[in-house]
Amino acid sequence: MSGEAKNKPNLFKTLLNGIIFENPVMVLLLGMCPTLATSTSAINGVGMGIATTAVLIGSNLVISLLRKLIPSKIRIASYIVVIATFVTIVQLLLQAYIPSLYNSLGLFIPLIVVNCIVLGRAEAFASKNGPIVSLVDGLGMGLGFTLTLAIMGTIREFLGAGTLFGMQVYPNEFGAMLMTMPCGGFLTLGCVIAAVQFIRSRGKKGAK
Amino acid sequence: METIFAIALGAILVENYVLVQFLGICPFLGVSKKSDTAIGMGLAVIFVMALASAVTYLVQQLLILLDITYMQTIAFILVIATLVQLVEMFLQKAMPALYTALGVYLPLITTNCAVLGSAVLNTQEGYNFIESVAYGTFAGVGFTLAIVLFANVRERQEFCKCPKAFEGIPIALVSASLLALCFMGFSGLKVW
Repeated sequence: MSGEAKNKPNLFKTLLNGIIFENPVMVLLLGMCPTLATSTSAINGVGMGIATTAVLIGSNLVISLLRKLIPSKIRIASYIVVIATFVTIVQLLLQAYIPSLYNSLGLFIPLIVVNCIVLGRAEAFASKNGPIVSLVDGLGMGLGFTLTLAIMGTIREFLGAGTLFGMQVYPNEFGAMLMTMPCGGFLTLGCVIAAVQFIRSRGKKGAK
Repeated sequence: METIFAIALGAILVENYVLVQFLGICPFLGVSKKSDTAIGMGLAVIFVMALASAVTYLVQQLLILLDITYMQTIAFILVIATLVQLVEMFLQKAMPALYTALGVYLPLITTNCAVLGSAVLNTQEGYNFIESVAYGTFAGVGFTLAIVLFANVRERQEFCKCPKAFEGIPIALVSASLLALCFMGFSGLKVW
């Protein structure tokens, strides 16, 4: 399975694990808030995904390097400080270079700190594994998160506003406004997770 | 007084934290299987959010004074984590009955994005001290309202048949979607 079970962790497997087999949102059900809130359009979703990926890679790498220095009693607090540092870096970079994305994501950039995926990977993976494999794990989990957000964003944007990555496919008036509203977010995520569960149950039957 | 009323109405109904702004979804989905645990979680959140709004307001003033507002995220999350820990220790000593009632939910609140969210929103909106505390408290009330309503829906769902693929979280999300649809009705409600 994942790299932690073996002595020699398989980098490629770790990467794929994050993207598909243990996809943070669709399989582990972590990080719901940013998934629902920032997937109103595909571009927002991908932007949020990349910001989170950057934080995950940085925090996983640093925590893995420091894993022998951090006393286990105050480890959660130390992880939060590391994560918050990277979030601040990403926040300032976005504000300086991509202000339009910074404005549309708004509140949810500082909230990457409390995204359960980041803290969850720090605790479950980076604190037990070497720096390189932790970095790959961060990249895989981040890409998995980005993939989910991109799928959600594409569905909601297409059904809600009739656009794909900002390009008009059919006239705006025919779109169901509902899909870009909060209730459309819940509905889309529910259907996406149901589809994943369906595919997984089919896969298990096939294996038998 | 008028502004407080507007803030209350806005935070509870028009911009409900869970169903409109997507803050605090994890506890909303995680601890909404039974209505009594949902009430416990809701009360704990109201309590911590009111306190956190007051404390983070003071911290923000300190950050402005020292001209290091870019440290906001780090400072806020540390303050909230410490605050939750302190509240837990205080309740354990002073009010053991309340502590046992809220016990399990208190540590979970640190990672509830509604708390950090309300702290950041308070500074963005430029609320003064009283408005900040009111906003935090009423946003907590809004969270409680949403989670208690949702818990009641889920309790009834237990007895319903549901397609295999939708079992568990997916059907919960679809029902949350319908609940959010109801709350959209409040979006036209503006008193200011």
